[in-house]
Amino acid sequence: MRIGVVTFPGSLDDGDAARAARLAGAEAVRLWHGDPDLHGVDAVVLPGGFSYGDYLRCGAIARFAPVMESIIDAARGGLPVLGICNGFQVLCEAHLLPGALTRNQHLHFRNRDQWLKVEATNTAWTNRFTPGQEILIPVKNGEGCFVADQKTLDSLEGEGRVIARYVRGNPNGSQRDIAGITNEAGNVVGIMPHPEHAVEALTGPSLDGLGFFTSVLRALAGATADGQLAGGQQR
Amino acid sequence: MARVVVDVMLKPEILDPQGQAVANALPRLGVTDVSSVRIGRRIEIDFAGEPDLDRAREIADKLLANPVIEDFEIRVEDAAAEVA
Repeated sequence: MRIGVVTFPGSLDDGDAARAARLAGAEAVRLWHGDPDLHGVDAVVLPGGFSYGDYLRCGAIARFAPVMESIIDAARGGLPVLGICNGFQVLCEAHLLPGALTRNQHLHFRNRDQWLKVEATNTAWTNRFTPGQEILIPVKNGEGCFVADQKTLDSLEGEGRVIARYVRGNPNGSQRDIAGITNEAGNVVGIMPHPEHAVEALTGPSLDGLGFFTSVLRALAGATADGQLAGGQQR
Repeated sequence: MARVVVDVMLKPEILDPQGQAVANALPRLGVTDVSSVRIGRRIEIDFAGEPDLDRAREIADKLLANPVIEDFEIRVEDAAAEVA
């Protein structure tokens, strides 16, 4: 299985995301923002960082990169896409996910190990977890406060599209403690904390982040077996 | 000058922590009669030819503002006012 990792100007965590993909057992394929060719990858990770210097709004300019046009089309066709931190912001700006990420309510950059409670496990990126499972992965953002109108928040919760919530403290003021969400089909997931930084005992607070990457491998294996995505079918 | 000005503001229902921080600093200047401060962004677009409000609106809608959290207003800048 080939997991593509995009590098935008200003991406920081592309190397760690590629490493996490390899540790999960995938082949990591580096994708360049200026190249619309997805090189036949089976899934894509949009990594953390400060694409285009976070100018205008986080992710607002990256969303128009040539590679994003291809990813947006492919995501609508079912390609699993995981956006981490800045990648989550890019997915919201691209309207692949609802809502927006805004300045942390307390205005401080937050960098710490964060407990999350996993909720939706029927997505391409969370099927290796159990609902209610608590995981510990690093969070590091200045603009991670998830906002959406009440109707959108209600429908995200009503449709089981919250994939994880902050527990034991909300680091940025996100509405309803939302740390990550998925689209209706379950193939696109955005999460503010960094699973790719929690894949090895030497550098991470846990190995909990690996589950996101092994989940997509299972989803892809299921897709190969039965001709469609496992994500969205396992509830 | 074929200039179009775009003012982008957070929607009223979106919390503006930067504006709150500024409002909270005002008493240190001796200002105590301000109830709220909200911060937005002014963008100036210079067209090579005539100012094109429709294209400016498209630019604002697609890129300059995020309609999920922001509203925008556009106007052709009044050259006479600029001189004054």
